[in-house]
Amino acid sequence: MHTIFLIIKREYLVRVRKRSFVIMTILGPLLIFAFYAIIGWAAVSSIDQKKVAVVDESGRFTNQFKNDDETTYSYEKQSLSVAKKSFVKQGYDALVFIPKDVIERPKTVQIFAQKSVSLDLQNNIERAIGKEIETIKLSEAGITQKVIEDAKVNVDAQTINLSDAGEKNSNAIATTIIGYFCAFLIYISVFIYGTQVMRGVMEEKTNRIVEVIISSVKPFQLMLGKIIGVALVGLTQFLLWITLTIGLFTIGGTIMGDKVDRGRQAMQTSGAAGAMAQGPASAEVKKTQESAVTSVMRAIDTLNIPLIVACFLFYFLGGYLIYSALFGAIGAAVDNETETQQFMFPITLPIIGAIAVAQFVIRDPDGPLAFWTSIFPLTSPVVMMVRVPFGVPGWELALSMVLLILGFMGTTWLAARIYRVGILMYGKKVSYKELSKWVFYKG
Amino acid sequence: MNILETHHIVKQYAEHRALDDVSLHVPKGSIFGLLGPNGAGKTSLIRIINQITAPDSGEVILDGERLKPDHIKRIGYLPEERGLYKKMKVGEQLLYLAQLKGLTEKEAMEKLKIWFVKFDIKTWWTKQVEDLSKGMQQKVQFVATVMHEPDLIILDEPFSGFDPINANLIKDEILELRDKGKTIIFSTHRMESVEELCDHIALINRSHKVLDGPKRAIKEQFKTHTYHVEYQGTLDDLPPAFEVLTTTATDDNFQRTDIRIPPDAAVNELIRHLLDRVAVRSFGENIPSMNDIFIQAVGETTD
Repeated sequence: MHTIFLIIKREYLVRVRKRSFVIMTILGPLLIFAFYAIIGWAAVSSIDQKKVAVVDESGRFTNQFKNDDETTYSYEKQSLSVAKKSFVKQGYDALVFIPKDVIERPKTVQIFAQKSVSLDLQNNIERAIGKEIETIKLSEAGITQKVIEDAKVNVDAQTINLSDAGEKNSNAIATTIIGYFCAFLIYISVFIYGTQVMRGVMEEKTNRIVEVIISSVKPFQLMLGKIIGVALVGLTQFLLWITLTIGLFTIGGTIMGDKVDRGRQAMQTSGAAGAMAQGPASAEVKKTQESAVTSVMRAIDTLNIPLIVACFLFYFLGGYLIYSALFGAIGAAVDNETETQQFMFPITLPIIGAIAVAQFVIRDPDGPLAFWTSIFPLTSPVVMMVRVPFGVPGWELALSMVLLILGFMGTTWLAARIYRVGILMYGKKVSYKELSKWVFYKG
Repeated sequence: MNILETHHIVKQYAEHRALDDVSLHVPKGSIFGLLGPNGAGKTSLIRIINQITAPDSGEVILDGERLKPDHIKRIGYLPEERGLYKKMKVGEQLLYLAQLKGLTEKEAMEKLKIWFVKFDIKTWWTKQVEDLSKGMQQKVQFVATVMHEPDLIILDEPFSGFDPINANLIKDEILELRDKGKTIIFSTHRMESVEELCDHIALINRSHKVLDGPKRAIKEQFKTHTYHVEYQGTLDDLPPAFEVLTTTATDDNFQRTDIRIPPDAAVNELIRHLLDRVAVRSFGENIPSMNDIFIQAVGETTD
């Protein structure tokens, strides 16, 4: 027991001290953060509202443009020539000119701006004017404003989970994202850390140090020590990633948050002004927008986060262990990197299949495909992780976990048989037939 | 007293029998040469002694006890294929290997300090193994083999890769360890080092032990009862019991003749006959070299 601890310690320290580990550990969260920061920045900067001055000669459009997240409209009584000269000084980004005969000749609308106008803004204005003309023409035809507002129905379906705890507000998108993200993380780490085990075994074999080591320890201890050592490296990396990411997002969040708040305030003041002018309609729009965001947040709250985290750790470890033993056996069987290819493919096939199946499982998390692949130990780490956020019956989870543990013991046993023969076998190209013979060698 | 005995060891790999009924006795405090051509089964035997593999049948006795896992601490093994972790520092690596052999970190540190002073390699402690030359790595590996002060040291081709100066250093270490009461098993093809160092040998050929015992006894066994004499004059009328084998002229106008005598004849008899006939410069027995014995023994069992 003491020797296996020594091996774990060496395997762990050698890897954690590597420059590439330190770089990856720091770079990982930075990249994730940078990715979100760019998206966040883009989102926040779009909150910066454009102020648009409207000179409406027709008189029909005063207070008819609806203020939204992106644009606020003000109505100027000046003539076009005066407004054209002064709108930049007054702090407007653009000037919209609507001629008297706009209803008859809609193409005469003009937009002036110092910088070129974004396509979005142009579309918005065109849409707004188009809609107003439509409304005007409809009311001229005898249909009232009330009927038109009623005809605009905003559909935002809510999915509700029926469970013992009563009705819960849930959101399929949040569940899907979390499940798939966890599954993908497990898939990637099986490859990253599994290959590390394989490389480690190959290094010992090609360096010929293995003969010295196994004159002191049992081959099984050496293999297990390496697998556990690398597992700890993986856990350390995940822990650091999570801590660093949360840290970065907290710091980044406070900086970004200020900007978001300012944007919101601006929106609210202008929105209030607009609402006063336009009645309840725009307030309604705002409410539905808000509830879309909050319902996702609420959906995440309703998910069983501790269970998901616990399952993630279990399936991460289980998936890693079941595959790393096989990766270790490959490392022992071959003499160089190029020979690994022929064995890598069949061994990684189940987990590649699992990630492919995961996409169907998301659509039907309780179907027979989902059930069987989340029970089978070589695919369960990925597929079960997709299913867990949707809620899985306790017995299925337990069965899947027990089978994964048994599967791990099975692959480790098999790998150890191949390993102990392979590490001392040099300069021989091995075939599957050969490998199967090794499994039954004595001592 | 034998430190190591193997009894009827058999090891079978698929279609190939690597060892067939091999029994050896290695006396305590000896330098034991384990000889044999390539592929004879030496490495298989060494791996069994090191508990890297297990025999199919037969048993290994170390110091009176059946081989058990705990015995690895009492054995030091230098494999023919040398290897160290390339990306690890020398000091760290040796500490690790010593701890695997059961030393505590503190004990290992103390012992290593002595070796680093002895080999004058103190500056290597923080160097990465890959930055050392091949010869330097060999030295590190030798330290790794003996640092836990094992009673039995198994060296597979210990001199390969060493320059003459370092080879001599290692040779002196081997002798010193022997004088301290350690036993060294020494597997090699280089017969001159066997000649020089070993006091017992065993020869394995084609999975079988074909020869073993004290080196002197084996040489006795392979004696051909031939003698050589260098002289001036002519030697032609010796009694028929003395068989003249070859006569050659030396560079400096002497003759050299090899003569075989009957096993029961006295050497003095021959000398008397020689003195009567020629002017003798030198006379001696042709003692077979280890090289001759190796070739002869392997040749006999191969035919």
